[in-house]
Amino acid sequence: MDLKFLEAVPTQGEQAAVDGLVGAPGEGDDPRFAAGGQHARDLRHLLLPALHAVSDTAGWISQGALNYICQRLSVPPAEAYGVATFYAMFSLSPRAPRVAHVCDDIVCARLGGSDIADELAATLGPAGSGQVVTWLRSPCLGLCERAPAAMVQLAGDTDQAIAPATADGVRTAVAGTGNGHVPAGGSQPSVSAPQTRRGDGQRLRLLRRIGVVDPDSLDSYRSVGGYAGLRRAIAVGPGRVIQEVSDSKLMGRGGAAFPTGVKWDAVAKAPVRPHYLICNADESEPGTFKDRVLMEDDPFALIEAMTIAGYATGCEQGYLYIRGEYPLATRRLQAAIEQARHRSLLGSDVMGAGFGFDIELRRGAGAYICGEETALMNSLEGYRGEPRNKPPFPTVSGLFGKPTVINNVETLFNVLDILTEGGPAFAQTGTERSTGTKLFCLCGAVAEPGLYEVPFGATLRELLELAGGSTGSLRAILLGGAAGSFVDPEALDVALTFEGMREIGASLGSGVIMPVDDGTDMPGMLRRIAAFFRDESCGQCVPCRVGTVRQEESLARLANGTEIGSRAREFALLDDLTRVMRDSSICGLGHTAPAAVQSAISLNLLERGDPE
Amino acid sequence: MTVDLGTIRRLVELTVDGEQVRVPEGSTILDACRAQDIETPTLCYAPNLTPVNACRVCVVELEGARTLVPSCARPVEDGMVVHTDSERVRHSRKMVLELLDSSVDLSQSGEDVDRWKDQYGVDAGRYGPPAAPAAAGERDARHAGHHEIPDGSTAATVAQPVKEDNDLYVRDYGRCIMCYKCVEACGTDAQNTFAIAVAGRGFDTRITTEFAVELPDSACVYCGNCIGVCPTGALKSVSEHELREAGQWDPDDETVTTTICSFCGVGCNLELHVQHNQIVNVTSPTDHSVTHGHLCIKGRFGFQHVQNLPEGS
Ligand SMILES: Cc1cc2nc3c(=O)[nH]c(=O)nc-3n(C[C@H](O)[C@H](O)[C@H](O)COP(=O)(O)O)c2cc1C
Ligand code: SF4
Ligand code: SF4
Ligand code: SF4
Ligand code: FES
Ligand code: FES
Repeated sequence: MDLKFLEAVPTQGEQAAVDGLVGAPGEGDDPRFAAGGQHARDLRHLLLPALHAVSDTAGWISQGALNYICQRLSVPPAEAYGVATFYAMFSLSPRAPRVAHVCDDIVCARLGGSDIADELAATLGPAGSGQVVTWLRSPCLGLCERAPAAMVQLAGDTDQAIAPATADGVRTAVAGTGNGHVPAGGSQPSVSAPQTRRGDGQRLRLLRRIGVVDPDSLDSYRSVGGYAGLRRAIAVGPGRVIQEVSDSKLMGRGGAAFPTGVKWDAVAKAPVRPHYLICNADESEPGTFKDRVLMEDDPFALIEAMTIAGYATGCEQGYLYIRGEYPLATRRLQAAIEQARHRSLLGSDVMGAGFGFDIELRRGAGAYICGEETALMNSLEGYRGEPRNKPPFPTVSGLFGKPTVINNVETLFNVLDILTEGGPAFAQTGTERSTGTKLFCLCGAVAEPGLYEVPFGATLRELLELAGGSTGSLRAILLGGAAGSFVDPEALDVALTFEGMREIGASLGSGVIMPVDDGTDMPGMLRRIAAFFRDESCGQCVPCRVGTVRQEESLARLANGTEIGSRAREFALLDDLTRVMRDSSICGLGHTAPAAVQSAISLNLLERGDPE
Repeated sequence: MTVDLGTIRRLVELTVDGEQVRVPEGSTILDACRAQDIETPTLCYAPNLTPVNACRVCVVELEGARTLVPSCARPVEDGMVVHTDSERVRHSRKMVLELLDSSVDLSQSGEDVDRWKDQYGVDAGRYGPPAAPAAAGERDARHAGHHEIPDGSTAATVAQPVKEDNDLYVRDYGRCIMCYKCVEACGTDAQNTFAIAVAGRGFDTRITTEFAVELPDSACVYCGNCIGVCPTGALKSVSEHELREAGQWDPDDETVTTTICSFCGVGCNLELHVQHNQIVNVTSPTDHSVTHGHLCIKGRFGFQHVQNLPEGS
């Protein structure tokens, strides 16, 4: 490729940030030309990490910095610009180096997030203004159990999540205390997963080490049985591991409920090499925080589970793609990976068993769509996070066009017990078609929000009771997050299983259970959901790119009483939009973008007389 | 298209609208529809570009599939049962056209688009009056994940001023449907220059150079291949733009003369589009084995000397 670059040059700091990632440029390279030919082009997958490196250092991505990245990685500048502008966390124009992202999404808005935003607007100025310190509104930060939430992104310093947040706390963190250093915040396992401190006899599986194990210590993890699963896997061999996973009837927990054994088997048998493993930790569905709690408080378990998956499916390289707004989980996982490498639990000869497997941690940068598996792969490869057309499926042609296993964090956690107990024993828990236990994210109008674990088969009512019941009088429950649907309180006795959900036309999605009480501003909540999808659509296909805009506009008119024609006409319009988005969008984002709105309309939650 | 005489492809048999159809393996459902003379609207598809299947106007109903499928990209398989005119298909096609018509200026997208709009009953007005056009550069500066919360009184559009920053062609992105064709033509499908790319996200996606710099500062070599593939008139030659602005654009007068480019020895076919004795555009046929429809700056824009006739002749 004969690339042309802009004249702009990077600052020393920007250059050092990029060199820190890709190494210093070779002697005598002419900076006007991309160095390294084929080799440099093979570096394209470093584009997102390079953008992060610059943004972390400078707070934004300048022309000089982008230019330098493009030269080092041999990427056309227009394409790199297209990639950088895809992500909400990056700014391509000068931005204050200290940014507070304040969640005003469906849970936080009601629990103080909107007030924090108002207060920051009054004290720091309008969103986005300010040369040194600024603030921005943010979609769900995955801290909903401790709402309201905020995250401070600090150039040259560690990012930090704050929850519960106050306007004062956010201002102090973003404006810099004393020496300008923000102490790294910890997790609060006993708050985030209330069952872990109750000792009420609930047998916890996935959550059992939460709050028990020291997330910074491999020894601590081993002392509670860590790495027994991998040891057994190595003892029985890859074929038997896949058999156990198939026997367990484990279904993916990332939303699509695909049988994990089938996926693993397909990749293990694929003749094309290499194989890749991806752990999908992009968790960005509003209301969802389950994977964050697992990763923050039990990071070694994920490393072990990925190693088992890699061993079973013949992958030597695994990628752990974590959303960019999870600074604590990122730090703990990075440290865990390093410790595991140090003890030869990752690397060229894992456990001395003669197989190689390593994990690279990759951060997303503010794009819900990158949780869609093929968008995630494009993002990893250094392209825009646009979903790919399927078929072909990732097991045939995934990351870098190779057979790829991709699994959700919670899915992988289950593999540990499947290995130690055996697949058939695992399948004893739960129902015939939904085996094992399930994590549910209770948040919103609920007395004790948090992450709860129950065997499949528990009812919605039981879950609500576990979390102390709803606050206020229960009007509806949003199941599955923003991409899910509202169900009527009459459905409280439905079993929360894959099959039970299908029966009532709902879906477990990411495991969100969000009660809505009669004090909730329903039109406002629906507008926030619509705004979310409008922001997060990748923009590739017309039904979703334009449909999400028209949906938001119609909801605004319904909320303001400025309908075109009548309310019935607006509902008909929304119905027309729903049908084209469901039928003809490329990916699940477009398919589900109208789901919550449609279910709210059919439950009459948008009737006039709503408290607005 | 190159004709491959070396391999004989197996025939695949499928059912389209109740008729048995046999087409060579590797064909798409769209190919099968065309073989049956079933008209299928397409916007982002072009025979000389890799399918991006982004616009979704070509969707058909495939029995057994939960959603509709893009006919332009879906390879045929034995036993497929396809419906091209079901209520679901008509609804989606209508909505895709309507959503585009309500947000993009389609007035120069050609007769086919006008006819499809009629045929499928598009009513773009039902989303409210169009919002005022964006100021120059405003859409280029939008930030992913943030947008102004609408009140619904107007329908958002991509309307914006025309970008005129060079002597050869203009970029009128108020007419852009984001079909990706120009990006593909500028990239690996033809030109390998990579001067333009898709930036931003969602409704704020746009075709742009890096940092939205003007074309003369970008990598653009003015081959005009992006213009050649643009289906909506978003990209057009300065000559065409100026004639249209002056109200002198006269397609009824247009004649097309095929010739061979005289600048070098490659032998590109040129089609000279002439109105009122002036060359207004130069294109190349997409099925030409040398060009596949693509040209270079000389063939595309180097026609002025042909018209520099001596004074008074
Ligand atoms: C818009 C969208 C967002 C998604 N986000 C996530 C996510 O954050 N985490 C996840 O595990 N799966 C997510 N998925 C589902 C993945 O595409 C994929 O099905 C999943 O990672 C497979 O893992 P599993 O089989 O273990 O569930 C998302 C899907 C869509 C359509
Ligand atoms: S449905 Fe939405 S997010 Fe998915 S590919 Fe289409 S535009 Fe992108
Ligand atoms: S004129 Fe050629 S080089 Fe310039 S943008 Fe168009 S296709 Fe790319
Ligand atoms: S400028 Fe033309 S070719 Fe390019 S995306 Fe827009 S409509 Fe398509
Ligand atoms: S963190 Fe605010 S809604 Fe989830
Ligand atoms: S023509 Fe098939 S998706 Fe656009």
